[in-house]
Amino acid sequence: MSEELYKEMAQSIIDGDSDIAIELAKKSIELKMHPLETITKGFVIGVNYIGDQFGAGEAFLPELVMAGEAMKAAVAVLEPELLKLGEAREMMGKVVLATVEGDIHEIGKTLVGTMLSASGFEVVDLGVDQPADKIIGKALEINADIIGMSALLTTTMVRQREVIEELDKEGLRPRIKVMVGGAPITRDWVTKIKADGYSEDAIGAVKIAKELVGKADQ
Amino acid sequence: MSSKNIKSISNPKLKLEILSPDEVKKIHEATLQIIEKVGVRFPSKRALEIWDAHGADVNYEKKIVRVKPQTIEDALKKAPPAYKLAARDPQQDLQLDGNHVYLGTDGCGVEVMDIHTGQKRTSCLQDVHDIARVADATEEVAFHWVPVSAQDTPAEARGLHEIKAVWENSTKHVQTESIYNIEEAKAAIEMAALIVGGTDKLRERPVLSLMQCTAPPLGHDGGSLDAALLAAEAGIPTGFMTMAACATTGPTTMAGNLAVGNAEVIAGTALLQLAFPGAPVFYAAAQTASDLRTGAYTGGGPEDFLFGAATNVLADFYNIPLSMGAFATGAKEPNWQAGLEGSLSSFMASVVMSDMLLGCGFLHGSRIWSYAEMMMDCEIFSIIHKMMAGIEVNDETLALQAIAAVGPGGHYLAQKHTRNHMRELFMPKFMDRRPYSEWETKKDDARDWALTRARKILNEHQPEPLDGGLRREMEKIIKSVEK
Repeated sequence: MSEELYKEMAQSIIDGDSDIAIELAKKSIELKMHPLETITKGFVIGVNYIGDQFGAGEAFLPELVMAGEAMKAAVAVLEPELLKLGEAREMMGKVVLATVEGDIHEIGKTLVGTMLSASGFEVVDLGVDQPADKIIGKALEINADIIGMSALLTTTMVRQREVIEELDKEGLRPRIKVMVGGAPITRDWVTKIKADGYSEDAIGAVKIAKELVGKADQ
Repeated sequence: MSSKNIKSISNPKLKLEILSPDEVKKIHEATLQIIEKVGVRFPSKRALEIWDAHGADVNYEKKIVRVKPQTIEDALKKAPPAYKLAARDPQQDLQLDGNHVYLGTDGCGVEVMDIHTGQKRTSCLQDVHDIARVADATEEVAFHWVPVSAQDTPAEARGLHEIKAVWENSTKHVQTESIYNIEEAKAAIEMAALIVGGTDKLRERPVLSLMQCTAPPLGHDGGSLDAALLAAEAGIPTGFMTMAACATTGPTTMAGNLAVGNAEVIAGTALLQLAFPGAPVFYAAAQTASDLRTGAYTGGGPEDFLFGAATNVLADFYNIPLSMGAFATGAKEPNWQAGLEGSLSSFMASVVMSDMLLGCGFLHGSRIWSYAEMMMDCEIFSIIHKMMAGIEVNDETLALQAIAAVGPGGHYLAQKHTRNHMRELFMPKFMDRRPYSEWETKKDDARDWALTRARKILNEHQPEPLDGGLRREMEKIIKSVEK
């Protein structure tokens, strides 16, 4: 019975169908299935499958994003149940994401957020136009492992450096790692502002984040 | 109608008016005047006698024929406007009906960039086998020309070794441009008849077609004429190709060059119709401009692109299919020039719906075969295929539901509409859209990927083999031609 349900769960993620994923998550609660097993034996299988397909060039970005969103929706249903049991999913790490102050571009950052959460990171996405104190404040509040900052303009990417300087001043590094991204970001810039990592796309960002939390092999 | 593992351009949404109806008429009238007053050279006894029998002014000594416009016009009207090129696999038949553009491999190369070593060397029979095999697997290639010359086979039967090699490695249609004498043409027709089970069946299922080059300006080759007449008699689609080059074998001005080439082609075509009314014929052309510094065949450049589009207007005027030279380039390796010339020439020839597009694979003025170039040319054809479909506008493609669901801000990546339509977006095989850092580590590009793909196909693709009995029969025919 549950085997079949697991399969349906995986399929709902592969299909990127949030509605069905939510429905199946609720059904598992009614059936008193263990929420952690539901996640790992059901939904995660679908995420892994799409991830592999994407890696092999068979699946495309929209499928990856839809799978990520469906996963997020299913986990949101199951998380309160986990809390009731006093358990939690083992997460890869905690990430605070933001587009820096003065910049309202967010598609890239949003994608990174979706990919990170689908890969098992806990992600708090602050949105756009975020000043340094807000970003750092949130990172301290949730005890984040990583701050991820996006900027699309050469005039706003300087804000990435400000956040790093602020973190250094407070002595928060290397406890908190910093990854940056955005169209104008180059390796030279990353070296110059002493960020810990950068990627040119969302898939690469997941790899970097895993490296930064010392879980590159997972 | 689509054919198995063959991508063709059809139902185009793009249009181009390169010549007005009035301009076409002017070129046509100039052409008739050339044929009537200047004449065209037909160095074939059989051809001259046919002209003579139909009232043309024949100078047997100079082998020049002058023909009244009415005779030419009446003869051309007998040519069928549409027919099919049959393939060994009937599911791969090609419809020459004005609504399909098919890509072929280019032909008659003399050197090959070796697929394994990358070194340039003289072409041989094995190359004909290998190229045909790769082309068979590629959906962009719809039919074959004999890509390179099998220079390790006896000259008198070379054209036969070549078509046999193509048939052995592919089920797609074969158009030979390297058989231009009566002995080989006769043998080739016999070989084609073996495949379809009899000479009489060739009319219905021509698995072979013949392309003959003219001898510009205003001339034909005797062997070519005799071969073409024999083929037309057997119902095998036959075409004459002009390669008149501005400033050397044709006038410098493009209109004049079109008229001279047109005179060669339609005079030859009229001859076939006078001899065998209703025989399937096609117009073929690959005009170009000569290089003003060296006098060399350029193969590429803006004149080529314009000729590519203009010639189909002429072929349409005569209501016969066109085989158009495209993808020609003077580039010595797959590079900026090759990409530019391949793209613009094939686009211009395709936007007017030339029936056959020749062809993919060559560098250095159609002399050097490159597998990487072949694969990249195929991708260019796929891009044009996508462009020719234009932009579809309807409720579904206007996507109002998805637009409302996303609203201002946000993104379309998670929309079902996106998933339903994402595969309509072009997915290149050989374009570099990777992160810079990835390129920085690998420093590879389209040429590497294209060659890798060709190698993979050559290693893995198993074409439908030619029946062993048929092969032996063909060998016997070839032996009988060899001295």
